[in-house]
Amino acid sequence: MSDTINLTLKIWRQKDASSPGKFETFKLDGVSTHMSFLEMMDVLNEKLIKENKEPIAFDHDCREGICGMCSMYINGRAHGPLKGTTTCQLHMRHFHDGQTITIEPWRAKGFPVIKDLVVDRNAFEIIMQAGGFVSVNTGSPADANAILIPNPIAEEAMDGAACIGCGACVATCKNASAMLFVSAKVSQLALLPQGQVERAERVMNMVKAMDEAGFGNCTNTGACEAECPKEVSVSHIARLNREYLMANLKNR
Amino acid sequence: MSSITKIFSPTIGRKVLMALTGLFLCVFLCEHLYGNLLLYYNDHGHQFELYTHILTRTLLIRIVEYVLFGSFIIHMIDALMLTINNKKARPIGYAMQKSSENSSWYSRNMGLTGSIILFFLIVHLRTFFFPHRFLGDTGSMFAEVVEAFKNPLYSGFYILSVIILGLHLNHGAQSAFHTLGLSNKSYAPIIKLCGTVFALIITLGFASVPVAFYFEFLK
Ligand code: FES
Repeated sequence: MSDTINLTLKIWRQKDASSPGKFETFKLDGVSTHMSFLEMMDVLNEKLIKENKEPIAFDHDCREGICGMCSMYINGRAHGPLKGTTTCQLHMRHFHDGQTITIEPWRAKGFPVIKDLVVDRNAFEIIMQAGGFVSVNTGSPADANAILIPNPIAEEAMDGAACIGCGACVATCKNASAMLFVSAKVSQLALLPQGQVERAERVMNMVKAMDEAGFGNCTNTGACEAECPKEVSVSHIARLNREYLMANLKNR
Repeated sequence: MSSITKIFSPTIGRKVLMALTGLFLCVFLCEHLYGNLLLYYNDHGHQFELYTHILTRTLLIRIVEYVLFGSFIIHMIDALMLTINNKKARPIGYAMQKSSENSSWYSRNMGLTGSIILFFLIVHLRTFFFPHRFLGDTGSMFAEVVEAFKNPLYSGFYILSVIILGLHLNHGAQSAFHTLGLSNKSYAPIIKLCGTVFALIITLGFASVPVAFYFEFLK
């Protein structure tokens, strides 16, 4: 089996947020199957730079699947065809020789395209600022394990905290809904003792910020969970709904 | 009033409204199915007629009828509003989207199945409900059922519609529980299973009647 493949890449190009974009097709030969998807993009960009062309803008940072910076809608799927994998952790061995790969940016009103494959995910930051935190008094560090948390609860909170905020849930949802992201962030704090003080206020504010950012409404198709690189469960969405209704009952 | 608008203006509130009306319509389906299954007494519709008679004479049922119509209308308008909102949330679509890899067809097409059910409902009400309720038709409901199912075209349309209804319920019923927050990791599979069983009972129950008439098991 040969270790290199030849590819045709159909990539979305867009000069800036206000320009209309279009697909551009590139041929890339001799791509090592051991490369990651982003390394393949690097090779393409080096080629473009040598040809005196504008390289393709795309987001990336850690390249080890933990920061949530990489994105890309690859061949009709967020982060490509593998389950539980970010684009940076996707390797070219999952593609075959002669394949055409279509690469698009995340598509959502809440995530406007800035350039090529880069989208503005600031909406997630705004949602986090609305309530995705716990207020603590600063001072000397508290004793570890001073507050006891049963293991199953800690585990469930960790499952929510595993969300890296990449936005694949929004990108893949037919309604461009951000419910999986918001539910993961609400869940992790609602489950823990430290999150109790702001519990009701948090969920109300975060849902409000989510709606204002222009994300759609969840219709429970479950696509987000299937495409989430951290496999965050939609059961967090059920918890978010429950938290939201309880907060309404308590507050008013 | 303000607290009501506060709950229902955000998107989750509107979905709760979808879930509540949807579940109420599910209860109605059970009641309707119960009535239809009375035909299996095979007594030339005696029990069935008795039942429709009681329904039309009970004040409480008359009141619930209005709640039912209200639920239908809210369910539809709310769905329409949410759908418009959802379309706005993605102004530019993807050139390539492999949705079948991550979600079921019926969960993604609730609007389509819902619209078909609405069309069926209009035809269905015109055939059975309106003449009796509003046009002063006092003839036998049973005779009309027999008459309608004599037409294989109508029977086929009826069966197809209840299959579509089954698909709608298969997603809708469990989805309603999810939206109301009445689900978690361990209950979700059970709730899903119950939703599917419910959808199957409704579809098979309703579809069996025209089939039974066709094979002259019922007469
Ligand atoms: S670059 Fe950090 S998760 Fe992919």
